[in-house]
Amino acid sequence: MMKTAQITLTINGEKHIEDVPVRMNLADFIRTKIGLTGTHVGCEHGVCGACTLFLDGVTIRSCLTLAVQADGSEITTIEGYETDKNASDLIKNFHTRNALQCGYCTPGMLASSIEYIEQGNPADRELVKQHISGNYCRCTGYQAIVDAICTTIEERQN
Amino acid sequence: MTGPATVFDKPTDYIGKSIPRSDASRLLRGKGHYVDDIQLPRMVHAVFLRSPHAHARIISIDIKEAEKAKGVIAIYTGNDIAKHVKPYVGVLSHLPGLRSPAQYPLALDVARWQGEPVAVVVCSSRALGEDALELINITYEPLPAVTDTLDALSSESPLIHGEYDSNLAWKREVEVGSLDKALSGDDVIVIERQMKFGRHTGVTLETRATVCDYVPGDDELIMYYAGQAPHMLQFILAKHLSMLEENVRVVAHDIGGSFGIKVHTYGDEIATAIIAKLLKRPVKFTADRLESFVTDIHARDHVVNVKIGVRKDGSIVGIGFNDFTGIGPFSMYPRTSAIECNQILNLTGAPYQFEHYQAVGNVVFQNKTLMCQYRAVGHPIAMAISDCMLEEAARVIGMDPVQIRKKNLIPDDAYPTKSATGMRFDDLSHHACLDKLLEIMNYDKLLSDQEEHRKKGIYRGIGFVSLVEVTNPSPMFYGIGGAPIASQDGATVRLDAAGALHVSSSVTEQGQGTNAILQQIAADVFGVSIERVKVTTGDTATVPYGGGTWASRGAGIGGEAMLQAAYALKEQVLSTAAVILQAKAEELDIASGEVVLKSSGEQKISLGDLAKIVYYRGNELPNDLQPELIATRHYRVTDFPFVFTNGAMAAHVEVDTNTGLIKILHFWAVEDCGRVINPQLVDDQIRGGVVQGIGGALYEECVYDADGQMQNASMADYLVPMASEMPEITVAHVETFTKTSVLGAKGAGEAGTGGAPAAIMNAVNNALSPLNCGIWQMPMTPERVLRALGKI
Repeated sequence: MMKTAQITLTINGEKHIEDVPVRMNLADFIRTKIGLTGTHVGCEHGVCGACTLFLDGVTIRSCLTLAVQADGSEITTIEGYETDKNASDLIKNFHTRNALQCGYCTPGMLASSIEYIEQGNPADRELVKQHISGNYCRCTGYQAIVDAICTTIEERQN
Repeated sequence: MTGPATVFDKPTDYIGKSIPRSDASRLLRGKGHYVDDIQLPRMVHAVFLRSPHAHARIISIDIKEAEKAKGVIAIYTGNDIAKHVKPYVGVLSHLPGLRSPAQYPLALDVARWQGEPVAVVVCSSRALGEDALELINITYEPLPAVTDTLDALSSESPLIHGEYDSNLAWKREVEVGSLDKALSGDDVIVIERQMKFGRHTGVTLETRATVCDYVPGDDELIMYYAGQAPHMLQFILAKHLSMLEENVRVVAHDIGGSFGIKVHTYGDEIATAIIAKLLKRPVKFTADRLESFVTDIHARDHVVNVKIGVRKDGSIVGIGFNDFTGIGPFSMYPRTSAIECNQILNLTGAPYQFEHYQAVGNVVFQNKTLMCQYRAVGHPIAMAISDCMLEEAARVIGMDPVQIRKKNLIPDDAYPTKSATGMRFDDLSHHACLDKLLEIMNYDKLLSDQEEHRKKGIYRGIGFVSLVEVTNPSPMFYGIGGAPIASQDGATVRLDAAGALHVSSSVTEQGQGTNAILQQIAADVFGVSIERVKVTTGDTATVPYGGGTWASRGAGIGGEAMLQAAYALKEQVLSTAAVILQAKAEELDIASGEVVLKSSGEQKISLGDLAKIVYYRGNELPNDLQPELIATRHYRVTDFPFVFTNGAMAAHVEVDTNTGLIKILHFWAVEDCGRVINPQLVDDQIRGGVVQGIGGALYEECVYDADGQMQNASMADYLVPMASEMPEITVAHVETFTKTSVLGAKGAGEAGTGGAPAAIMNAVNNALSPLNCGIWQMPMTPERVLRALGKI
């Protein structure tokens, strides 16, 4: 028997109270119940990283998180990165450096990039590559993504 | 090529510049429009039950319990669906002898690969649909699975299709000159190897997906499609669902990667369209990752017995090979599964001059997922056969790999010319690309570095590839063989009342930047700011008829149609402006959205003002003037079957002889794709292509057991290149414009994938050469490296 539960959470600053099937994952909840389709699902088993987003300030795989686990939390998705994460410079650098092609990995790639930068890490290409190795990109070959992240760090330092 | 050659008489504003793609901006804000994002009123979900066996007879299907499950609207078996579709057959007349049985969307009596759809539940949600699948009871009688390509051709092998005498789908033989006789010469050194290329697949990050809707009153089927060739699919749906073609609309918005995976006809997608028609409501199907691994087309899977003959001076006498490739149980519709083998026969040795060539291709049925065209179709195998054997020959005769290339590459002043296999070439630059490559990689320094490291027991290697890439195909690729695949593309450009341009084109966008280069060309040729160009692609209801984006044709063919259309509209606008301004059209030009005097640049009337006169105040125009502020042009390649791109690439690797791990230290690519429209986009296409080539060379393989079960059908087990493993990739260009178009652009999207594997295999074998061993199988996994070293 499929059960539902009521959850209350904040997504990109907006409060939501919803009944959800207890087995529904957070990615499906955000995409289908809330209608924020910027969060993408690539593998549904926590490997590709496309569904990565912020839950209470920490990046998580929303495909491996149940919606009910997010009860009471604050979530930030790609739709909120420009304003809620002050990431307009990173977004600009992804754009000017062509650090995305099909755009499907982009929500998760931005999340991991923001996390790396927020942690005060350096513009070190090897460290950046290691940090984003939980996010698969099939189009770019990663070099442009590393460029965009390092440029953002360097610009903020200056 | 005739046409507006004057386009490039003056400096360009946008063509040739690294303008950021305008449509990337919304993708960075989560505002993409991918198929799975679509939710329509009354939409239901198609959830497929797939065969767990590679080969099994379907004895019975019991759906009684499943029908009672929550949310279930309908359940269809293969036979239910088959009543509503004409079967399809993956053969083409220009591949004589290719055979493949009629195929239906779902298996009927026999399932022939693990993952073949057998039944489909239509349900109010995907999750409830998956619950219902578990209540369907199917009785299978397992049949022996045919998995090994070579064993499949044995007379002892079980037959996959009882109506055929063997599991051979197609065989082609090519003989030029007299190879056996030539290789028997006293001065000829003959080297023979068996090369193996693993099966791999595209792993688009967005899985295949479709939403199909049906409008009963209009008898209209709308398919939202994550694919590359909307008009092809429009034809196919109309034909096989017995509808009028004009009543089928295919719409492709944003697509999360394609790489050839999404240019084929999949049974689950056809079934989804049929169900939408039957239920008269929207139906969504989104593959999950497991479904992707076992139903998206696979590629490669070749065993090649190859020999090369060279003289002591390094000149190639001839190349011969026998290729065996496994394609799954059917030839994929409509492009067929013989094209990759055909490409290998056509392209092997294409950069080089030699007289004798003997090639045999065997395309073989087996009980695995269907194989078909994936990025750089056939190229990685063709390039590896010739270039890895060439460098092996260099090692045997003690010659530098660069020198043996220079000895054999077709001279840059020899064009137009033909390859040994009859491929016609023009405007290529193998020597110029190799010279530029040597310059940017600093070859001499790498050689001394290699020497130093060898003294310390560290094995580094340098490997090269010289390559061609099939781009801008003419009707000779598919149309000639009867496939409903356009080789021409169209572009329409319209001036609106505000002075902006609206472009629609039949080429499609999957992230390469198609829409961006259309914008650049239109803005440049017509004379407006790029911000004032809006682009529509992917919708058969609104764009001109054309082939879409595959075979590296978007820029070369779609771009040329765009150039011609923008130029035509400019002439139309200037003739209208001449009447309004009482001037001569030839004295006028368009710059930054204004009609100007050509001589002085003086602004005479803005495009917005001109358009408003035409659209709103036609009374101000002479009665005999009916201005057309819209133009359409189409373009196809006529002078050659294909417009070839060429390039030279090099890999620098380090092989850990204790672990078998290969690290790529750096990669260089020099590419001649003709006119570069947007350098940054081209460079990143090359890089992305190289990384997919690295995947094929080192990591990616669909591993099957003897029963035809895929063993690694998950993202965690199938190794996709990750950032931490990837080298920096330096890209440079030689620009030899193709004379087949005014734009002069050739394709660029597949060269990296086609060339990188050979360069990496050469680098690894170069590294291993002091240890007197080599590796001839891709992917070059640590285990295979250790086996080559004799350590396990």
